[in-house]
Order: sequence, then C-alpha cells, then structure tokens
Amino acid sequence: MQRDTLVSFEGVIKRFGSFTAVQRMDFEIKKGEFLAIMGSSGCGKTTTLRMLAGLEAPSEGTIRLSGKPINHLPTWQRDTPMVWQSLALFPFLNVRENVEFALKMRGVGKAERQRRAEQWLDRMQILEFADRNIAQLSGGQRQRVALARSLVVEPEILLLDEPLSALDAALKVRMQSVLKNLQRETGITFVYVTHSQSEAFSMADRVVIMSRGVIEQIGTPQEIYGAPRTRFVADFLGSSNIFTGRVRAASPSAVEVDTPDGPLALAGGNLPAPPRQGDTATLTVLDTKTHLSVSRPTGQANVVPVRVIGEEFVGATATVYLETAKGQEIRVQKSHDELAGLPLDIGQELFVHWSPADSHLVAEA
Amino acid sequence: MSSEAINRSRAVDWSLRAYIVLAYAFVFAPIAASFVFSLNSDRFPSIPLGHFSLEWYRAVASDPLVWQGLGNTLVIGLIVGVVSTLLGFGAAYTDYRYNFFGKQVYLALALLPPTIPVIIMGLAMLAFLSRVDLSGRAISVIIAHVVICAPFAMAIIRLRLSQMDPALEPAAWNLGASEWATMRHVIVPFTKPAIFGALFITMAVSFDEFAIAWFVSGLNETLPVKVLGFLQGQVSPRINAIGTFVFVISMTLVILAQVLLSGRTGPTAADKE
Ligand SMILES: Nc1ncnc2c1ncn2[C@@H]1O[C@H](COP(=O)(O)OP(=O)(O)O)[C@@H](O)[C@H]1O
Ligand SMILES: [Mg+2]
Repeated sequence: MQRDTLVSFEGVIKRFGSFTAVQRMDFEIKKGEFLAIMGSSGCGKTTTLRMLAGLEAPSEGTIRLSGKPINHLPTWQRDTPMVWQSLALFPFLNVRENVEFALKMRGVGKAERQRRAEQWLDRMQILEFADRNIAQLSGGQRQRVALARSLVVEPEILLLDEPLSALDAALKVRMQSVLKNLQRETGITFVYVTHSQSEAFSMADRVVIMSRGVIEQIGTPQEIYGAPRTRFVADFLGSSNIFTGRVRAASPSAVEVDTPDGPLALAGGNLPAPPRQGDTATLTVLDTKTHLSVSRPTGQANVVPVRVIGEEFVGATATVYLETAKGQEIRVQKSHDELAGLPLDIGQELFVHWSPADSHLVAEA
Repeated sequence: MSSEAINRSRAVDWSLRAYIVLAYAFVFAPIAASFVFSLNSDRFPSIPLGHFSLEWYRAVASDPLVWQGLGNTLVIGLIVGVVSTLLGFGAAYTDYRYNFFGKQVYLALALLPPTIPVIIMGLAMLAFLSRVDLSGRAISVIIAHVVICAPFAMAIIRLRLSQMDPALEPAAWNLGASEWATMRHVIVPFTKPAIFGALFITMAVSFDEFAIAWFVSGLNETLPVKVLGFLQGQVSPRINAIGTFVFVISMTLVILAQVLLSGRTGPTAADKE
C-alpha cells in the first residue's frame, strides 16, 4: 500500500441474500483527493459508500482506513460522516442544533460546541439562519446545513451520496463549485457518489465507473474520456464511436482490425494487453477526433464511406450523424466553422477518417 | 373548503350540511341532555325543567364512594396510560426497526385485543386473573386495561414512525450517536407528539372503560362501575352530574391528543421547492 492511501477496498463483496450488490472490489482512495463513484441507478454505489461508512458490513474482503481494518467498527465509532441523498436533517432541531449534534455526541462542552458550529455555519454562509427551523430553509440552504453538520467534526474523509439530486440545474452548478472549493481548501478526502457524468467529471480528481456491482474503470476524467477501458464505459459516456471486428494483425506497436466497414488501424500505446490474431476486438474513437471530407483522403489509414442521416446543434458545436453501408452509426462533432464548407444534406455521401493514434481498444465485457 | 371550486349543486351542498348537523346531534344529544338534567332541580328527567341547581353535584361530591371510585379511576388511568404508551412505543419501534420471521403475525397479535368483544375479554381476564390470584384488585384492572390500551398506543406511535425519513436514524449513528443515544436524541424527540397523544388517548380509554373493569375490579370499583351501582339502586340525577364530569375529562384528553397528533407533523412537507 502506498503512503498516501487513506482507504483501501480489498476483495470486498456485498451480498443481500442471494443477490450480489457489489462484486469483489479492489481499489484505493488517496488522501486528500476528490473521488467520484459514478454509475447508473442500482449499480451498487450507495452500497459501496455505506460499507465505507460502517452502515453495511462487507460479506467478504477487508476495508482499511489509514491501514487499519474497519470491517467491524460500528459507524458511530468511525469518523466517516456522510451527506445523505435526502439530507436527513433532524426536523425537530434548529440549524444550530443540527450542526452541533455530532459534537454533542462526542461529549464536546457547550461553549466549544457553539464556537465550532458557528465557525462552520459562517464558513457555509448560513450563520444568519442559525436559529431557524429546517422547514424554513430553501433547498440550497439545507444543503449547506447538511455539509456543515458533517464537517463540523473535521473528519479526514467526507462521504456524499447524490447530495445535489434534488436541486434545480442552476443551483446544482453553483453547489458543485461550492463543493469543489470546499474540498480544495480543507484538503478533506471527498467520496462523491453520483449517477451524473457531468457532476463526476467536473468535480472529481478521479472517477470510479461502476456497472452492476463491478468497477469498470478508474482514472482521471481525461483518461476515462479519452480512452474508455471497456465497451460499457464507452457506451455509458456516449461520446465514442464503437466498432467491432476481428484482429487481422497485431504487433506491440500497431493493431489492424477487420470490421464489416473495412480494415481499421490503431497505433500502439493504447493497448491494455496486445490482442492475438483472430480475436474479436472492439475499438473506439471519440466523436471529437473524427473528421469529414467530400473526397476520399489519400494516405490515410482509417477511412470509412458514409451517408449523412442528420445533424444536431449543441451550443457552439454540432454533431453530424452518419451511417455506413453496413448500417453502423458514426457521429462526428465539430465547431460550426469547421463544418461550414461541407454539404450536409440528408443522404449526402462523405468520408469519415481519423488517425490510428486516436483509436483505442476496449475490453469486451 | 370552497364549494364553487368543485361546482356542486346547492341542494347537495345543503343536504350534506344537514347530514353532518344531524349526525352530530345524534351523537351529542344524549350527552347534552345529561348535562342539562344534571343542573336541573327535579328528581326525574322531565320537561318542563325545574329550576337551576347544583344539588346533584353537591350530592355526588359528598359521597365518599364516588371519591373513592374517582381516585381509583384516576390512578388506574394514569398508570395504564404510562404503561400502555411504553409498551406501545416498544412494539412500534420493534416493528419499525427490525424485520424478522413471523412479523406479520406479531403485528396482527399486537393489534388484536381491541377487536375482541369486551364481554369475552372481560370474562377471559377474570378467569385468568383469578387463576393467578390477581383478581379483584386495582392491579387487575390495570393489567386488563393495558391489554386493550397498548395496541392503540402502538398504532399511534407506529404511524408517526412511518412518517420519519428512514435515513434519520442511520444519519445519527453516522454522526457518532450510539444506538441508545440515537433513541434518546432522535427517535424519542421525533415521536414525542405521538407519545403524548398515545398517553392521553390510552388514559381516556381506561377512564371510560366499563365492562372489563366491572368483571375484574372487585372492591376497587372505578367510576363507571360505581355509576352502574347507582343505576341498579335508584335512578338519580347524580348520574348526570358524574356523566358530565367524566365527559369533560375524556374530551379534554382526546382533544389534547388530537392537537398533538395533527399539529406540526411535517417539516417534511416543504422538502422540495
Ligand atoms: N438492504 C438491501 N437489501 C436488499 N437489496 C439491497 C439492499 N440495499 C441495496 N440493495 C440492492 O442492491 C443494489 C444496489 O443498490 P444501491 O447500492 O443502492 O445502488 P445505487 O446507489 O447505485 O443506485 C440494488 O439492486 C438494490 O436493490
Ligand atoms: Mg444510491
């Protein structure tokens, strides 16, 4: 284990009866990082977080906090406060009392409790609401109370379970920057569970992508976006074109794959493990890395003849939807300037091409 | 409530109102009559009324047996209320917190007693309590009343617990509160209105309950049992005086419970905006 590791999951499995919610999970959380756990609903994100918080016990494996196994430490003896999806503020206590709760449970004296609670209320800019009831607060203010309530014990790690899901879009973006700044300033490790790609990718230092209880990929947002490791991740992110074929030739530095739409090449450096000749292979290329031309480009490796089937404007860019003769859909995303000279009527025949260095092989899950 | 919003015909509107007035009259007329006659000087309830008089209240107040009955009723009611509420709370929390084999049966049994006809309940209680040598004492009435009151308390507290965000309790644990501390600082404060509501309702039920008390009370008669004694001896307007008194106390308890149970239930209502 590295010195900067705060939490490690070692072969952790969680079963509910005969159903396995989390399947043999191995990963580490570094001290001071902002880690997002992302995946669609029901994939086991909350279960993972609850095991870390001590609200569920792993069926197998070990969870370590600062090197010590914590599997059987009850949640009230861990310093792993959590911000709940429903926020779970105490409705019978006012704002101040909510924030003081954890200190009171730890036997902190009254004056000290008040001082520390006010310090966090001030920091979250809700000191003026200290004596209000929870019912009198707006969604954003409640969010801040929930954060203050968890952070008042100044933990090493903060767990957040889709805390922004009840907020409207504008407030969501505002709270994202509040959270990101808070994390940076305090240096507290954040573990943030979400089903939203934009939340995970805009805030996190590293993202864990889960599907059906399995970790599909761990990496920085750039790594994952640029090179999805599995077909699931590529599909889930929705920004890659995906081709499947059979490996015709493979060397450590280059691979050629026969697809129904012709041979496609990718350059080395992007290979998780070099494939063998004859294997089935799936390769991806980001829709921002593909290019369009009217005549067949010469001297290019990956060229696919296509027909235009539609176009969609997304702010400053446009996505052109194309189809190959074999019915494979390809998307190309470009700025309006780059598309200006191209004929894009439906049915128009064009060529899509991209560099072998922009292709990636993914594991066929 | 606005009737325009639903666009009901006036006839329906008025007949609904009349229906409610009649229904209430049907329920409260005997009580009102009892009240009026309790302040009437005549020995027999008849119209026209005699003059206003407090003599029946005086007669009641000077009867040591009535005071004894009232004392029994109050002490028993208080103990029954407290014990039933404690038991009801325990049962309701067990239901809220734990899932176990046979839970449906547990619930059905816990809520069953009030559905058993009181005569059968009273006889069974008498048979059982005399077998274990507990009949004819104040404790007999307490035991019998707790059996019928605890389910009410459980139902009231269970309803309140069902309105609680399921994350509230684990959130408290997660913030460093042990299970006991969470019980004390979260579960009890959250259910407090229901706890007091249950206390008042169960006290009122015990206060009014006659049949079972009659079977098991022996010499420790409660007020309703004493009233039957009066009726058997002679018809006396004293009954009206006692009836009015008992009604006022019961209604006070029920209204207190109502206020507690309907007021401030939901800061959860404004959860999303
Ligand atoms: N206490 C439980 N008992 C049985 N099944 C559960 C329990 N908690 C979660 N699950 C199941 O485990 C799976 C993962 O749940 P969860 O971790 O809450 O998913 P997510 O937070 O990613 O939406 C779901 O299929 C859910 O139904
Ligand atoms: Mg979840």
